[in-house]
Amino acid sequence: MIELDDISIRSGSFELRRVSLSIPAGSYAVLMGATGQGKTTILEAICGLRTVTGGRVLLGGVDVTRRKPADRGVGYVPQDLALFPMMTVRGHLEFALRVRRWPAAAIGPRVTELAQELGIEPLLGRDVRRLSGGEAQRVALGRALSFRPQVLLMDEPLNALDEATRDRLCELLGKVQSASHLTTLHVTHSRAEARALADRLIVLEGGQLYERPVADLEQLPDEMLEGTPRR
Amino acid sequence: MSDQPAAPAAHRAGSDVPFYVVMGGLGGSYVVLIVLLLAADLAFTSPGHFAAALAKPEIQYAIRLTLVSCTISALLSIWVATPLGYLLSRFQFRGRWLIDTIIDIPIVLPPLVIGLSLLILFHLPVAGTNLETFLQEHVSIGRRPFRVTYAQPAVVLAQFAVACAFAVQTMRVTFDQIDPRAEQVALTLGCRRSQAFLQVALPQAWRGMIAATTVAWARSLGEFGPILVFAGATRMKTEVLSTTVFLELSVGQLEAAVAVSLLMVIAAMTVLGIVRLLGARAAT
Repeated sequence: MIELDDISIRSGSFELRRVSLSIPAGSYAVLMGATGQGKTTILEAICGLRTVTGGRVLLGGVDVTRRKPADRGVGYVPQDLALFPMMTVRGHLEFALRVRRWPAAAIGPRVTELAQELGIEPLLGRDVRRLSGGEAQRVALGRALSFRPQVLLMDEPLNALDEATRDRLCELLGKVQSASHLTTLHVTHSRAEARALADRLIVLEGGQLYERPVADLEQLPDEMLEGTPRR
Repeated sequence: MSDQPAAPAAHRAGSDVPFYVVMGGLGGSYVVLIVLLLAADLAFTSPGHFAAALAKPEIQYAIRLTLVSCTISALLSIWVATPLGYLLSRFQFRGRWLIDTIIDIPIVLPPLVIGLSLLILFHLPVAGTNLETFLQEHVSIGRRPFRVTYAQPAVVLAQFAVACAFAVQTMRVTFDQIDPRAEQVALTLGCRRSQAFLQVALPQAWRGMIAATTVAWARSLGEFGPILVFAGATRMKTEVLSTTVFLELSVGQLEAAVAVSLLMVIAAMTVLGIVRLLGARAAT
């Protein structure tokens, strides 16, 4: 479960005041809003990468507001994926497990399991700088899921992919989420992605978060769909 | 009659040759100046002069001390410049502008002033003693007291004081060019700050670290003023190649001075060549 209880965030001249949100455990929520409204800022606040100036962030019912990002149990896929350029695909999938001191005997099977689930087994030895957009996306997702986080946050993860790859990855995301029942918050401008994945629709408008019925997707204004054609 | 505006007259842009001639002429004049300087040095000396200079025990000593001192000061510089460059690149904190300004002082000040300041620092009376005396009384190497001023450590310290500032600038630019987002993701994956730095940022910065070390090495090679003031120019003791040129000139040995100068040019070109090569590889 993800709960934002009256949080305020300030970054330079940008400010979000007293924002609240509640996403039940196991839900797949899609967050939409016009560019520059603060969607990424909200994800960063949940991750712990951005300090909140007021309010509380609760994950699984636990107040994590003062916890470091490392101690929140959040899997995060940023918009630019931010893969580690000096590592192989296997290195990415192992990274969090090594940092979290998983037993060596458990790391190999977990990497194999993830690679099979995401269809990247043949890529395990490859340098991440030589991956296609869709492959890189799968690796970033695998890295975020590797340590079995309680929450998955994705910031426009399917941006800049061609339509066929995007559809395949949408299907994969849906499959992964329904298998793991992972509470997921997915930021997007794409109505097609939201339609395919969302069981909850959150809209960021005028500095506040509103939950709307998923059926309202078709009525969302065009400025929330910037960067993607209305499909 | 048509309402359409008249078609513009056929346009021809003309030749680009004058552009290349002017730009090449202005820029090339400096390259020509450097080439003429080197050519003049080469024309002045001969392989015989070169061999005679290299055969002198004083110059052989200066070459050894130069290689050792430049290497130590370059390694010290990168040791300091990596954390400092990272902190300045990644964190906004109160007083950062002051640290920025302090680091730039060795770059903008005449190097001679750095040497003078080092000399004053080590001999300023504090509580009835000074740093030089304190070190000699409390630190020893074997049975010999540890001397800094007018000894080899002064050569390294004088080189480091100036070269490190250049290494810090290089490392700061290096980290500025590395997206911090990967380190942020590493934090969410379970890393402490130190792990994110060591396992994610540092492996991406290795080319910058080599470039910074090389810049510090080259800068140390060219250092003269602070070494002369703080370490002196005693033959077979604190003489490095830059002071050799000065000493040979002062005793009228112009041929030896030019031969040593060319030796330094070769060393500098080798080092700068490595930097260019690394830069080119980094860009691909």
